Amino acid sequence: MTIQGWLLIAIFTSLLLLLAKPMGLWLFALYEGRRTPLHRILGPVEAGFYRLSGIDPAEEQGWRRYAVHMLIFNSMLLLFTYAVLRLQGGLPLNPLGYDGPSADLAFNTAISFAANTNWQSYGGESTLSNLSQMLGLTIQNFLSAATGISLAFALFRGFARREAKTLGNYWADMTRVTLYLLLPMCVVIAIFYVASGVPQTLAASVDVTTLEGAKQILALGPVASQEAIKLLGTNGGGFFNVNSAHPFENPTALTNLVQMLSILVVGAGLTWTFGKAVGNTRQGWAILAAMITIFLVGVTITYWQEAAGNPVLHHLGAMGGNMEGKETRFGIAQSALYAVVTTAASCGAVNAMHDSFTALGGLIPLFNMQLGEVVIGGVGAGIYGFLLFAILAIFVAGLMVGRTPEYVGKKIEAREVKLAVLAIAVLPLTILSFTAIASVTEAGLAGPLNHGPHGFSEILYAFTSAVANNGSAFAGLSANTPFYNGLLGIGMWIGRFFVIIPMLAIAGGLAAKKYTPETAGSFPTTGPIWTALLIGIILIVGGLTFLPSLALGPIADHFAMVHGQLF
Amino acid sequence: MAKTAQASANTSLFSADLMIPALGGAFRKLHPRALIRNPVMFTTAVIAALLTILLVIGQDGLSTGFKLQLILWLWLTVFFGTMAEALAEGRGKAQAASLRAAKAELTAKRLQGDSLIWENMPASALKLGDMLLVQTGDLIPADGEVVAGVATVNEAAITGESAPVIREAGGDRSAVTAGTRVISDEIRIRVTAGPGQGFIDRMIALVEGAERQKTPNEIALTLLLVGLTIIFLIAVGSIPAFASYAGGSIPVTILAALLITLIPTTIAALLSAIGIAGMDRLVRFNVLAKSGRAVEAAGDIDVLLLDKTGTITIGDRQATEFRAVGGHSAEQLAHAALLASLADETPEGRSIVLLAREIFGQTAEVPADAQIIGFTAQTRISGISYGRHTIQKGAVDSILRANPAVAETATATELRRITDEIARAGGTPLAVAKDGQLLGAIFLKDIVKAGIRERFGELRAMGIRTVMITGDNPLTAAAIAAEAGVDDFLAQATPEDKLDLIRKEQAGGRLVAMCGDGTNDAPALAQADVGVAMNTGTQAAREAGNMVDLDSDPTKLIEIVGIGKQLLMTRGALTTFSVANDVAKYFAIIPAMFVTLYPQLGVLNIMGLASPESAILSAIIFNALIILLLVPLALRGVTYRAMGAGQLLGRNILIYGLGGLIAPFIGIKLIDLAITSIALV
Repeated sequence: MTIQGWLLIAIFTSLLLLLAKPMGLWLFALYEGRRTPLHRILGPVEAGFYRLSGIDPAEEQGWRRYAVHMLIFNSMLLLFTYAVLRLQGGLPLNPLGYDGPSADLAFNTAISFAANTNWQSYGGESTLSNLSQMLGLTIQNFLSAATGISLAFALFRGFARREAKTLGNYWADMTRVTLYLLLPMCVVIAIFYVASGVPQTLAASVDVTTLEGAKQILALGPVASQEAIKLLGTNGGGFFNVNSAHPFENPTALTNLVQMLSILVVGAGLTWTFGKAVGNTRQGWAILAAMITIFLVGVTITYWQEAAGNPVLHHLGAMGGNMEGKETRFGIAQSALYAVVTTAASCGAVNAMHDSFTALGGLIPLFNMQLGEVVIGGVGAGIYGFLLFAILAIFVAGLMVGRTPEYVGKKIEAREVKLAVLAIAVLPLTILSFTAIASVTEAGLAGPLNHGPHGFSEILYAFTSAVANNGSAFAGLSANTPFYNGLLGIGMWIGRFFVIIPMLAIAGGLAAKKYTPETAGSFPTTGPIWTALLIGIILIVGGLTFLPSLALGPIADHFAMVHGQLF
Repeated sequence: MAKTAQASANTSLFSADLMIPALGGAFRKLHPRALIRNPVMFTTAVIAALLTILLVIGQDGLSTGFKLQLILWLWLTVFFGTMAEALAEGRGKAQAASLRAAKAELTAKRLQGDSLIWENMPASALKLGDMLLVQTGDLIPADGEVVAGVATVNEAAITGESAPVIREAGGDRSAVTAGTRVISDEIRIRVTAGPGQGFIDRMIALVEGAERQKTPNEIALTLLLVGLTIIFLIAVGSIPAFASYAGGSIPVTILAALLITLIPTTIAALLSAIGIAGMDRLVRFNVLAKSGRAVEAAGDIDVLLLDKTGTITIGDRQATEFRAVGGHSAEQLAHAALLASLADETPEGRSIVLLAREIFGQTAEVPADAQIIGFTAQTRISGISYGRHTIQKGAVDSILRANPAVAETATATELRRITDEIARAGGTPLAVAKDGQLLGAIFLKDIVKAGIRERFGELRAMGIRTVMITGDNPLTAAAIAAEAGVDDFLAQATPEDKLDLIRKEQAGGRLVAMCGDGTNDAPALAQADVGVAMNTGTQAAREAGNMVDLDSDPTKLIEIVGIGKQLLMTRGALTTFSVANDVAKYFAIIPAMFVTLYPQLGVLNIMGLASPESAILSAIIFNALIILLLVPLALRGVTYRAMGAGQLLGRNILIYGLGGLIAPFIGIKLIDLAITSIALV
C-alpha cells in the first residue's frame, strides 16, 4: 500500500462528500417539480412531451398506479430492445454487418439493460451494431436510471407526505429526471471524455500499423456518449468487452477518477435529497455516513489484500502486489477503489478483472452486492434499498427504547415490517437458489473456467451480480449459453422488480399515515448510534445470509492460498 | 386478591407450586394446533419430528448416540418455549384461583318492581337490569350501579385495600363490584353486567391469558421473525447443492442443526411469555388492562393528562392563613377555628390546629362538656359546642345557609369578598362562625406532592409532556403548574374541554393518556389512547377506560407508562440478543460442517471446539439452554430507567447486542468443554 494510494482514496471520498449536497439540491428541485435554471431552455421540450403523450404532470398517482405505469413502461422498453437486437442484421448503422444475437442472448441483454443491470454475456464490439448500442442500450441506460431515481422520489414522498393517497406522477418524474439531470450531465461528461481521447464516431474501426509493422483493427464507435450514462446511471454496460479497462473507454487516471465519481454522485446526492424531503438534512447525512463507513472498510480490505499480493507467487520470487488482471495505467489502488465503487453502486463497470483479484480482495465486491448494493448504491435503487434496511433497523431500535418504532415521523408497523422483509428477502432467496441450481446441473457446471472454490465463486458472483442488478462480471464464467442467459435474465428481472413492488407498497402505506412528532422519547435517527445500528443491521443480515456460500467460495479459496494451493 | 397476588409475586419463579402445573401446561402446548401460533417454534418442532423419523429409517454415517442427543435437545428447545409460556400463565392462574374464590356462591336478593319484597336467587341467574337489595353484611352479587342509598363497602377482595369505601347513588361513586361486601347501611343496585361478563370474570380471563390476542407490535415482530426464518431456510437449503459442487455431501441432521441455531428461536420461544408477563406486572400493580394493546400503547404515550387534585397536589389542603371579618381579630378567628378543629382528624383539620399554634401560639384542650358536631354530607358543616357556645366550620355557602340571620349582612358580603380572593389565589376558603356570628375564613392551600416535580422531570426525559387539568382559574392553575413543574395546564376545564384537548393532541399525531373517575370523564376516557379509570369511579368511567386502577391512584399512570415501555424493550432486547447470537453459532457450525470438504476452513474454528460433533452439539445445547436462562428476564422485563431514547438505545445495544455477540462464544466453548470431558461425543 502506498501513500499515493491512500491519498487517492481520501481525495475521492472528500470529493464525493463535497458533491453530495449540490447534487442533492438539484435532485430536490426535480423531486419537488420546481423550476431550475435549465427550464428556460428545456421547459418547452418538457411541455411538448406532455402535450404529445397527453400526460398531465400534475395528476397524482397512488402507489398501485405508479407501480403499474412503471411496470408497463419497462415491459414495453424490454420488448422494444429485444426487437431491435434480434432484427439488428436488417437495420441500418451496422457497419460491420453483425447478425442479430440469439434469442436467449437477446432476452438476457434486453432484461439486463431494462433492469439497470447491464450484465453482458457478449462482447459489445464484436456482437452489436451501432444502432443496437445507441437505440437499444443507451436509451435503456437513461430510462432505467431515470426509473430508479423516480422510484426513490416516490418512496421519499411516502415518508414526507402526511395522510396522502398519492406518490407523485411516474411520467413527470421520469421526464424531469431525464431532461434536467441525466441528459445535461451526460453531455458535459461526454465532452470531457472526448477531450480526454475517448472516441465518439459512427465509423466502425480504423486500421493501424503498429510499431512492429503488424496490421491491427481498432474498433471504434459512439463510445463517449455511452460511457457518460453508463457510469452516471450506474448501468455499467461498456461499449467494449473489457469495459472501462479498455483505453478507449477509460484512457487516463483523470477519466478514471471522473468515472468513479459519476458512479456514486447521484446516489450520494439522493441521501441529501431524502433528508431535505423529510425536513431534516441530518437524516440524510446519517445515512450517507453509514454508507461511507461500510464503503471505506471495504476499500481498505480490498486495497490491503490486493497490495499484499499472493503469497504463493511471493515464494516463487514474484514479489509485490497482485497485478494480475489490472491495467498498468491504473495500478492497484485505482483498480481496488474502482472495484469497490462499482459494486457499492449497482454499476458493474470494471477497470480490472475481478476474477483475478485475491480471494478476499474479490470477496468485498461480492459481499457489497450481496448486501443489496445499499452502500450508496445504484441511482435510486441504492437509497430505496437502504431505506428498507432502515425500516428493519428502526423497528428493532424502536422496540429497544420502549416505543412503537417510528422513522422520520412515520410509525413503522406490521405492514411495513412485512413488506420490508419481503423486499429484502428477494435478493438472498434468488441468488442462493439460482446458484444452487447452477451448482448441481450439468449446464450450470459447464460455465466456470476454474475448478474448486474459485469456480464456485465465479457462479456465485454471476448470480449475485445479476440479481443485485450490478452487472459486473467476475470473468472466468462462460455465460453466453441458453442456461445462463435464461437464468441470469430471470434473476435480473426478479432482483429489480420484485423489490420495487413491495417498496412502493410501503411508500403508499407510509404516505397515508399521520405524522408523529418527534419527542425526547423517540429515538433520534440522526446521530452516531443510529449510523452504527444501520451498519450493524446491514452487515448482520447480509453476513448471516451469505456466510455459508462465502465460506465455500472466496473464504475457502483464501485459506487454500494461504496454504499454498491456488485454483 | 392483591394480597395473594403479592404473595405469588414474592414466591420464586421456579417454585414447586408454579413449576408442577406449568410442566403439565408445557406438554399440552406441544399440540400442533397450539404450536402453529408461533411459526418459528413450529418450524423447530417440525424439524425435530423429521429428524426423529430419519433416525429410525435413515443412514448418514453419523453415530446414533450423537443424533439421539441432538434430537433430544431439539425437542427440549421446543419444550422450553412452551414451558416459558406456561410459567408466565401459571402466575396468572394462581391469581385467577383466588379471584374465583371471591366470586363463588354469591346469592342475590332480587327486588320485585318498586316494592321492597325480594326473592333470594343465585347470582348466576341474574339478568342485566335486575334491581337488587344489598344489606349490611351481604356480598354484592353482581356488578351494578347504586340507584338508592349510601353504604360503606369493603372492596378488599378486589383491591386488597381493607379500608372501606363509600358507595352512593348518583355522583361519581356509584359503581359496585361483585364479590365486595357491604359493611354498613343498605343500597339498592341495578345490575349492569350479565353473568360471566362482570368485572371479576374479566379479571379472571385477563390474568389467565384466555383472551390474549397478539398486540400490533407483537404481530410485526412475529412477521420479522418469520421473515428471518424463511431467509435462513433458503440459506441452509442451498448448502447441499453447494456441497455437491465441492464434491461432498452434508448429512441432513447437521443441516437441521444449523437451521435451528440460526432461526430466532430464543425470542420466538419467549415472545408470548413476555406479553403475558407484561399484563401480569400490571395486575400485580393493581391495574387491570382490558387488552394487551392498551399496555403497548402506554409505552407510546406522548402526552399525559393529569387531574390536579389527588394527583399533582395532595387531595388534602393545608391551612395557611386566617382572614377575619366583621371587626373580629385574626386571633379570635384562629382560636375558634382551633376549637372547632380539635376533634377533626382530617389532614385539613389538623393543619388548622397546627397553624393556630404556629401563628398565635394557641393551644387548647377539648372542653369537658364539649359536644362534637360531626361532618355530614347533608349539613356539610363540622364544629363543636361547649357551654353556651357553638362553633361551626364549613364551606361558605353551607355556613351562610346554617345561619340565615347573618346571610344578608354586610359582614356576609365582606366574607364573600374575602372568600373570592382566596379562590382567586388558588386556595379553598373555609368559613367559621361562632354563635351565629361570622368570624372569617381560613385559607386552605393546595400542597404540591413531594417528589412530583422529579417525576415530571423523569417523564420529560422520557419524552412525555404532562398537562395538568384543573377546575381552578387560570391564575391559580398557572401558579400550581409552575410549582409542580408540569409542562402545560388546562384551567377551568370542563369535560368537553378535556375531550377537545385530547382530540387536538391526537390530531397532531400524539398518543394521549389520562385518568378519570366521573361519568362525565367517560367520553374523554374512551377517546384517550390509554384511559385509566379509577376503581372508585362510576360504572360508565370503568367501561370507557381501557385500564382500571384498583387502588384509584392517579399517579400510577407514570408507572403504567414505564411498564408499557418495559414490555416493548424486553421484546426488542431479546430479539437483538437472539440475532446477535447467530454469529457465534456460525463460527461453531460452519467449520464443523465444511471441514470435510475443505480442510483449510478448520481455521474458522476460532473457539477451538473439540470435534465437529461436539461443536454442533454445543451450539444446539446453548441454543436450548439460553431460552431457559432468559425466562426470568422475559418474565421480569429488562430494567427500565427514565432516560433519553438515545442513551437507552446505546445502553441496550451494549448489553443485548454486544452481549449477544460475545456470550455464545463463551457459552458454546464451556458446553463443548463439559460434553467432551464427560465423553458425550
